[in-house]
Amino acid sequence: MTRAGRLAVTLLLGIWLPIALIASWWVSSADSFDPYFPSLQIILTRLTDLWIWTGVTTDLLPSLGHLALGYLFAAVVGIGVGALLWRLPPLATALHPVMYFLYVLPSPALLPAVMLLFGLGTAMKVWIIFFTAVWPILLNTVDGMRATDTVKLELARSMNLSTFQTLVRVVIPSASPQIFAGLRTGLQFGIILMVVSEFAAATSGIGYFILYAQQTFRITDMWTGIIVLGVVGSILNFLFLRLERRVLRWHYRARTALNLV
Amino acid sequence: MTVDEAGAGTEVLAAGSATPVLEARNVKKAYRTDDGLKVAVEDITFTVAPGEFVCVVGPSGAGKTTLLRCLSGLMPATSGETYFEGKLIERVPDRLSVVFQDYSRSLFPWSKVAANVELPLKVRKVPKAQRTERVQEMLTAVGLGGAGKQYPWQLSGGMQQRVAIARALAFRPDLLLMDEPFASVDAQTRFELEDMILRVRDEFGVTVVLVTHDIDEAVYLADRIVVLSQAPSTVKEIVPVSLPRPRSQTDTRNDPEFARLRTRILQMVTGH
Repeated sequence: MTRAGRLAVTLLLGIWLPIALIASWWVSSADSFDPYFPSLQIILTRLTDLWIWTGVTTDLLPSLGHLALGYLFAAVVGIGVGALLWRLPPLATALHPVMYFLYVLPSPALLPAVMLLFGLGTAMKVWIIFFTAVWPILLNTVDGMRATDTVKLELARSMNLSTFQTLVRVVIPSASPQIFAGLRTGLQFGIILMVVSEFAAATSGIGYFILYAQQTFRITDMWTGIIVLGVVGSILNFLFLRLERRVLRWHYRARTALNLV
Repeated sequence: MTVDEAGAGTEVLAAGSATPVLEARNVKKAYRTDDGLKVAVEDITFTVAPGEFVCVVGPSGAGKTTLLRCLSGLMPATSGETYFEGKLIERVPDRLSVVFQDYSRSLFPWSKVAANVELPLKVRKVPKAQRTERVQEMLTAVGLGGAGKQYPWQLSGGMQQRVAIARALAFRPDLLLMDEPFASVDAQTRFELEDMILRVRDEFGVTVVLVTHDIDEAVYLADRIVVLSQAPSTVKEIVPVSLPRPRSQTDTRNDPEFARLRTRILQMVTGH
């Protein structure tokens, strides 16, 4: 089979079930009079009215702004502190139990405390997104950097690379597959906390929109919010995977090449 | 180490006409293990003159790799000293380059071949235009002129080790230290790599110290062979190799002197 042919088959295999599910939702809900489960057609019409583009600017963009700030901050701190701990293994060992504890602690449980500290505004949401996303990034960075091949580190020493040069040229590239695994988990955690933080306290944002719609019995509106959130989450994950594939191209290709030998 | 031993080392230095490129004086290396102190290298003294090709051979487990790491400055010796061009080695000297046995691990899989070779030049802040030119020159010298845009893992084992050698020579070091560089390739490739290293050594006038367990390889390549004993290792003998140069895989290996030397060294190594 040709390359294009295989690609088409893969695409079809991946897409038939979502299409079938949407189609069956459409058909089975077509003559629904249930106020909680309106027909998909009604939801989609309402979605277009609400979200293109008023809802996007009033509710979606502020939420994504919080996510971007918190997540970028988490990425910088996670990788930066990870690099620091790579240089100071005793400190890494000492901090590991604490980092792990904070990683496994369900961060929504911290929301009440975070609200006391940071109020109910932007700072609270950015902070809780940061605080949730930073641990998987940091822990994966530390693990990945620690696993740097000793031969490569020895080579770096034989070439008299400075600590910074070793970090940039050897340790970070070599840990990058695991750093990306951490970044991916961090992004998923971040999206969840973006919504949950708005459930807890907000006057705008997509999470707030969904909850408020439900509380005021605008059930169709609630469904539109859920769909928009699903679509946005999928797009963010897709973009992330594209970036990862691009940056780690050498990694995936080397793995394939070695399997073939 | 005693004062007397240090004095003896100085005599060795004074005896040579030029400053040796590398000098090991009573190098000893012991490790702390669970079973107590394990001595890998007991007492090694030898010198390497400029332009020389010296092979270090010894039985498996003779601490050859440990010795090379002490000689290069990657690892401190327990006692004794090594000197590079007359200066005490405390870290890897700038004009010294190391080639590791495991090419698949010593090359960076995230960089293309050219970038791998370029790295030591970048570290030394060589200007970009000069770097590009030098990288191409080195790759051509090791027979890989067209491979710069490939990744290391797209190349065969022998070709990967050529890249590692090109990288080691890129900044024109005075001394190349090689740790069993051809141990993980097939026999045919090994012959090609042996001839390649002799060729680039002539081309760039670099001094070479090569550690190997392969006696034939040592005899084929070396001007002198340092024969080690079983661990804890000492220098059993330093054997000069008078085989004519340039050497060739067919003629040199058929030379009666080749057979004599390899038999003699084999006897020393196996202890008969």
